[in-house]
Amino acid sequence: MPMKEIVCKLLVIGAGPGGYICAIRAGQLGVDTVIVEAVKAGGTCLNIGCIPSKALIHAAEEFEKINHMANAKSPLGISVEAPKLDLAKTVAWKDGIVGRLNSGVLGLLRKAKVKIVHGRARFRDGKTVEVETETGTQVIRAETVVIATGSEPVELPFLPFGGPVISSTEALSLKTVPQKLVVVGGGYIGLELGTAFAKLGAQVTVVEATQQILPQYDAELVRPVAKRLGELGIRVLTGAKAKGLSDEGVALLIETAEGEEQRLPADKILVTVGRKPRTEGWGLDELDLDRAGKFLRIDDRCRTSMRGVHAIGDITGEPMLAHRAMAQGEMVAEIVAGKKRTWDKRCIPAVCFTDPEIVTAGLSPDEARAQGYEIRVGLFPFNANGRAMTMLSEDGFVRIVARADSNLVLGVQAVGTGVSELSSAFALAIEMGARLEDIAATIHAHPTRSEGFQEAALKALGHALHI
Amino acid sequence: MGEFVIKMPDVGEGVAEAELVEWHCKVGDPVREDMVLAAVMTDKATVEIPSPVTGTVLWLGAEIGDTVAVKAPLVRIQVAGEGGEAEAVPMAETVTIAPSSPQRGEDARRADEGDSPPPLGQSFTSSDSAGHLLPAGEKGSRAALDTLAKPLASPAVRLRAQEGGIDLRQVPGTGPAGRITHDDIDQFLTRGVQPQPAATGLARKTTVEEIKVTGLRRRISEKMVLATSRIPHITYVEEIDVTDLEDLRATMNASRKPDQTKLTILPFLMRALVKTVGEQPGVNATFDDDAGIISRHGAVHIGIATQTPAGLTVPVVRHAEARGVWDCATEVVRLAEAARTGSALREELSGSTITITSLGAMGGIATTPIINHPEVAIVGVNKIMTRPVWDGSQFIPRKMMNLSSSFDHRVVDGWDAATFVQRIKALLETPALIFIES
Repeated sequence: MPMKEIVCKLLVIGAGPGGYICAIRAGQLGVDTVIVEAVKAGGTCLNIGCIPSKALIHAAEEFEKINHMANAKSPLGISVEAPKLDLAKTVAWKDGIVGRLNSGVLGLLRKAKVKIVHGRARFRDGKTVEVETETGTQVIRAETVVIATGSEPVELPFLPFGGPVISSTEALSLKTVPQKLVVVGGGYIGLELGTAFAKLGAQVTVVEATQQILPQYDAELVRPVAKRLGELGIRVLTGAKAKGLSDEGVALLIETAEGEEQRLPADKILVTVGRKPRTEGWGLDELDLDRAGKFLRIDDRCRTSMRGVHAIGDITGEPMLAHRAMAQGEMVAEIVAGKKRTWDKRCIPAVCFTDPEIVTAGLSPDEARAQGYEIRVGLFPFNANGRAMTMLSEDGFVRIVARADSNLVLGVQAVGTGVSELSSAFALAIEMGARLEDIAATIHAHPTRSEGFQEAALKALGHALHI
Repeated sequence: MGEFVIKMPDVGEGVAEAELVEWHCKVGDPVREDMVLAAVMTDKATVEIPSPVTGTVLWLGAEIGDTVAVKAPLVRIQVAGEGGEAEAVPMAETVTIAPSSPQRGEDARRADEGDSPPPLGQSFTSSDSAGHLLPAGEKGSRAALDTLAKPLASPAVRLRAQEGGIDLRQVPGTGPAGRITHDDIDQFLTRGVQPQPAATGLARKTTVEEIKVTGLRRRISEKMVLATSRIPHITYVEEIDVTDLEDLRATMNASRKPDQTKLTILPFLMRALVKTVGEQPGVNATFDDDAGIISRHGAVHIGIATQTPAGLTVPVVRHAEARGVWDCATEVVRLAEAARTGSALREELSGSTITITSLGAMGGIATTPIINHPEVAIVGVNKIMTRPVWDGSQFIPRKMMNLSSSFDHRVVDGWDAATFVQRIKALLETPALIFIES
């Protein structure tokens, strides 16, 4: 017997960070909302992305720290026995966090009176979807539909996932630490995970096709990360191309920058060569929405080319970041509720949880110059920062980019231990339209790494105090 | 089933034709409303043509690369129900900044301090929702120009503007680096659109301020309409050599103490008027045209048109025939002050029999004074200028002043008007005559 049709004002497809925020906000505003999720609430971010990777990275950091002390190398005067790792237990701990957040998201959706439908949605037309649920086909009709289907790892045709070849998803649930791990792709996902496994004891090799790891960042920002990779014993091969698995499947064949064939023995080969929008499997063809490259084309209200159909998150383009999707979701919910909103954000900060961490917000010096700005740049190194010294991690810096004529802050970048937490200050400065003087004249608590932000502004103004 | 014809839209910028650069559909394709059918390009922009209807493509009017005239049929679509035709409404404008014309980018940046300008010498189609510029090869969003115009304001100010329907590009920012503050929005809302500071270029003003016409302004308005609708004016302009009068005036003023009223031209003109209307009583009169009665007045009550903050008023120097020049001068000053401060009595603002209007140094070369109804004459004083005057053998500098006088032509003939003005001219040019008892 066919199930009764659901008719609602707003239908959100995908309960990732974009989708669930959109649904919660819409629910708060009294919009009759339904959300459909095929796998688990929280999407990539919560289940197989941001959250579990940070859990693993943290565990790896702790393990490495103790290992370092056990080697009697710590100048702190602490010595301990060599630690032991039970990765299955680490993964279980990580799964516990994911589980808590899963049910948290579901609870928030319920609290906002959002109806949750589990199953895979498929468009019948721009207003109607069919959801294959456990109990049959559920038809949902909505005035407005929000597509928030996210993205998935890109697979290399000559290195398909399966067997020893894994994506980030599998890497986050390994039961044992691979002895030899080859990471294909030196972007932030590959380096975050590669670093974590190196700290957990794996012998890690990173194969990057371009000339630089983390190619989206400038060399100055990447340098401390590259240095640390070396210290951790991670081998980095830039300009090298993966060719495929060796016949017996226990090694990766590559072509080095010099054009030589090489065989990299590996227990696991982690392929992190980017993510692609999930445009298949939910009936996009039925809608024939305009594309922007691989992505769905949207305007400044996240509207697609079809009336009443919005799209948010990774499906709509770079940067594929959870917090961008969340902000889009919130905006779309408010638009659906009748509020006037357009996308007017000045910056989307981005954090790379390598060791040390990298934060960027706004324009880099090169980007600012390319846009025709005359700029002044202030850089403050953490080796002149007291807090950094007391934490035994002096690598890195805060760098600020401002217009030369008005001192308006155009961008802030930092690399260093724990700098991810400075991202809010950087983004706030840019959104508020701060000038260098605003940051320089704000008292920054001592002793903290955040002083580096103030000092960088002072440096750009020509009167840094601690360098 | 009907047929719907989509025509080449007017893509603006005065272009009469555009090149078809892309088809997004082919014959037989089903299309939906708002779906993009084609892209056309002018020398400045690429414009996408969306379908206004849902149906099936029957016919395409051009090949890629063809130049299509504006309003020429572009696509025929089979639709359910009745057909029709429409000029397509261009949807996404993708602005291309050609490397050869960096001017555009420069201007855009200057027009919007504190914003991310487009990369110079690069072409881009649009921003994605994150505000990142996409390469030209990728399709952008509808808000192509948004990146060119992001005003500097905090998120809270931006939200308030969005909710209040305020275009922040129109709001002058007083904060650091031109940041728009909450106060700026308050100012903007109370004062309306302000001209942009010069640095940010010219801006259109679209505000209309409505002012209710009340009080004095309404009375002025009614009086002017009454005078111009009822009185056929004749205006007579004559020039007067006031060199001697100015000499006399200077001599008379020279002995005055600082706290004493000094003489202007006005008291002399008033005395000349008194003398003239004695000979021409038809000019010092009021005309009740409803009753058909002209009242010639023995008294000469001279109205002095006076600008006040609220508008034009006409305080009256009563019985000018009984006042000397000093008395006239003192009374004019007193009344003008009373009128300006609003302390003039009702009787001081009514009852005139003839009126003088003078804008002093602002008096211009000639004016067309409007008669103070129901009077029949008004004398307008223009500015004094030193002009070369031919004395029969040479040009000599003389202080010259025009009088522009209007008369009610129903009761004052041209001849009489001219005679009146010529008599005043004679008196002012030989000022001693003003003081001779007749």
